Order: sequence, then structure tokens, then C-alpha cells
Amino acid sequence: MTDAALPDAEVTLGLLADKMRGAVAFDAKLVGIHSGGAWLAERLAQMLPGEHPLGSIDVSFYRDDYAQKGLRAKLATTTLPFEVEGSHIILVDDVLYTGRSVRAAINEIFDYGRPQSIELAVLIDRGGRELPIEAKYVGARLAVARDLSIALQRRPDGNLELSLEPAGSAAGA
Amino acid sequence: MRNPQLNADGQLQHLLTLEGLPPEVIGRILDTAVPFVSIAERDVKKVPLLRGKTVFNLFFENSTRTRTTFEIAAKRLSADVINLNIGVSSTTKGETLLDTIDNLVAMNADMFIVRHGQSGAPHLIAQHLSAANRAHIHVVNAGDGRHGHPTQGLLDLFTIRHYKRDFRELTVAIVGDVLHSRVARSLIHGLTTLGTAEVRVIGPQTLLPTAVESMGVRVFHDMREGLAGCDVVVMLRLQNERMKGSLLPSAGEFFKHYGLTVEKLKLAKPDAIVMHPGPMNRGVEIDSAVADGRHSVILPQVTFGIAVRMAVMSILAGN
Repeated sequence: MTDAALPDAEVTLGLLADKMRGAVAFDAKLVGIHSGGAWLAERLAQMLPGEHPLGSIDVSFYRDDYAQKGLRAKLATTTLPFEVEGSHIILVDDVLYTGRSVRAAINEIFDYGRPQSIELAVLIDRGGRELPIEAKYVGARLAVARDLSIALQRRPDGNLELSLEPAGSAAGA
Repeated sequence: MRNPQLNADGQLQHLLTLEGLPPEVIGRILDTAVPFVSIAERDVKKVPLLRGKTVFNLFFENSTRTRTTFEIAAKRLSADVINLNIGVSSTTKGETLLDTIDNLVAMNADMFIVRHGQSGAPHLIAQHLSAANRAHIHVVNAGDGRHGHPTQGLLDLFTIRHYKRDFRELTVAIVGDVLHSRVARSLIHGLTTLGTAEVRVIGPQTLLPTAVESMGVRVFHDMREGLAGCDVVVMLRLQNERMKGSLLPSAGEFFKHYGLTVEKLKLAKPDAIVMHPGPMNRGVEIDSAVADGRHSVILPQVTFGIAVRMAVMSILAGN
């Protein structure tokens, strides 16, 4: 069910791709943060001109709240199936909020090698940053109450959809 | 009474035995180990989960291999690891087990990996820590007497699931000296908890525990009968000291009846896998042609063992 207050995910993805087209390197690697960011990276790879190898990151091993919350139950394997050393990387996430997931993802990427550059692309920027991190490409900016989190789902037909959930129920951003 | 391995929220606090551990907890450890496997293939073979934590490898009984795999696992989680071979230090000076623990607690230990010749020693340490309000310090059993070796059991389960997927469709045979094997005990508990279709033990009467059937296994004394139709064959190490007593006539005799050869393995399914916890006695329980053959997954077991131990430590340290 789509929430009335939220923009349509597919339209917003189109806007994001428009901003990236012509701006990102033709050989830039698209690395999505599991799980929403990975779906977006797959779609962006088809929408953007050039060849964009895909990777995905589950930041669980690098999160700064491990001491408080422990390890999440469902983990995905990080796969960066290309040479990270010297490459241009676009990190893709569904929702940019505190910036902590992005910090964790950047740390993880550096354990694979030293990239030439990392840029950040997000579908939704909801403000509320707790770290000095900003996205270069943003689909939509949105103000959402603190007790809600924005979740991205992939429907069986492959289309993406945004929804609002009580904070803490999902993986969070 | 609550399972002493679980905290009030039902989360894993210590890993002492696979017996009585809920299938969800075992399943979660196996699932968590999957992403840890690929860390060994990176430039930097480390993740920061246990950064700043101190892990003590407390080995009251020698085992270079097990100690090494725990050490690698802890180091790949960025922990500081201290190895203590207590058999040759303080106990010879008369210090009790719990005094040793208290001293290490005073050094701000976060986790104890315990190998001990006495069954129940890790359990005793966990109880002692709880009683002393040190429940935030975690204990992992790295083999205690004949009782259990839960991380070996878990890595065996991980290996089986990696190659064979669904336990409910599998026939698994465990062959050899089940009586003295904590590896076999842990694996049997794990396999039955996960709903394995059939678990068999194969060995001479003298090397099987009395009433082993009560653990939910089928008993075979004839290896050929027992191997028929198996998906997984787990060979156990025959410890040389067993040969000295009256349990066995000779190593040659044992190999004739219970050694795994290419010819006997043909009785199992064509895609059967062969496992061994190591170290192997070639020509005693397993023929070299099998150990090095295409059915063997003995070396992948070692690799998976590190990932499984990383999963156990990082689940514990987060709870």
C-alpha cells in the first residue's frame, strides 16, 4: 500500500537517473547498500548510459550500533566483483537519514582497496544527519516524523514502492 | 530452569553445547556464517566487530588446530587474542580453574574460548561468571572431555548444508569411534535438532556408547549396510591410545572393517560427500584415495570452520 504522503518510487527513480545522466563517469561502479540500495543500483545500471558493474554491501559488520543492538539476524553477503583500487564508485541507498550506514559502507569499501572516488546517490533525503555526509544525487527531499521510517519494497513485478513504518521495525537507514 | 546458554531474552549468551539449543538459534548461526566466508577473500581480511575486545583462548588440553582456527576467527573480527596453554602453566603450580578465571576477569577479558579434558568445565566457568555478576563475559566451549565440541558440530552442519541444502531429505552416517568422540555427540544433537531424515552411527559395539539409539540414531555394525544410500559420510578420528586397551584388536583390523575405501564409498549415493574433523589417520579410518578424492570436503570444512567461529563470536559479543 502506498502512503499518500510519499512520492511514487518509480517517478522519483526517474528523477534521480535524470540528475545522474551525463554527470557520472561512464565506467562508474554502482554499489548498492543492501537491500533497497542494491535494487536501485540494478535499475540505475539499466537507465544510465555506459557500462556500470554492480556491487552490493551489507554494512552489518561495520555498523556503529553493534555494541548496543548486536548483530542483525538476516545478513547478506557483500559482493564487490571488480577491482576497487582506483575505480570510480557511486554508492546508492534508498533513504539518507543519519548518514551512519553510508559511513559504514565507505569503511567497508576501503577494506577492498583504495577507490579513486566515491559519490553518493539516494532516492530520498529525509534530513536528520548526525554525520558530515551529503548526497551528490538526490531523487526527492522529504521531511518525515522521527518516529517513522521510510522503507523501500520491491514488488513481484519488479516495481519499487515506498512506505512508512514505525521506526525500529525495519532495518532503518 | 532456563537454558544456561541463553539470556533472559532467549538470546545466545554462551555456546556450551548443541544439546537443547533451539533450531532457530542453530539456524541463525549457520545463516550468519555465510557472509563471513567471503571475508577471507578480501584485501583486508578483517571486519571491526570485536575491535577493542579481548578474547582468551584457554586451552587446558592441547589442540593446535582448534586453537589456531579460533585465533584466526577472533583476529579477523579485530579482537585482541591471548593464547594460554594452561596445562603447562598455572595448574601445575596449584591454581584452581576458577582462580585462573578470576585472574583473567581482572584483566578485563570479554570472552573465554575453553578447551578442557573434563566434561562440563566450560559450563562451570559460565556459571561462575553469572554468580559473580560477570554475565557479560561470554564462554565458548572448544571441546570438553567426551561431552561436546559445539563449534565443530556447527561447522559440520554448515558444510552439510552448503553442499546438500535440506536436512529433512538427508541420510547422514557417522563412522568409527563414536564412544570417545565429542565431535560425534555435538553433530548428532545438531542433526536431529534440524530434522535430518536419518542419522546413522556405524562402528563396533565396543566403540559405540551404550543406548546410543536414544539419541535418535540408527545403529549399524556392518559398514557396508550402514553406508548404503547415504548422502553424507562423516569419518571420525581413531585415537591411537584406544588401540592400547581391549577395545580394538589393531589398527589394521579396524581399517579392514571400518576404514573408508573407494570401494566401500560406492555404496553411498553417487554424489555423497565425505567429511572428517581432522587430524586424519590415513590408512586407519580413511584411505588416502578417499581423503584426497572428489567426494572429500575435508579441507572446505576447515575454511568454513573459521567463518562459523566468527559467526558464533560476533553473535555472542553482540548479545
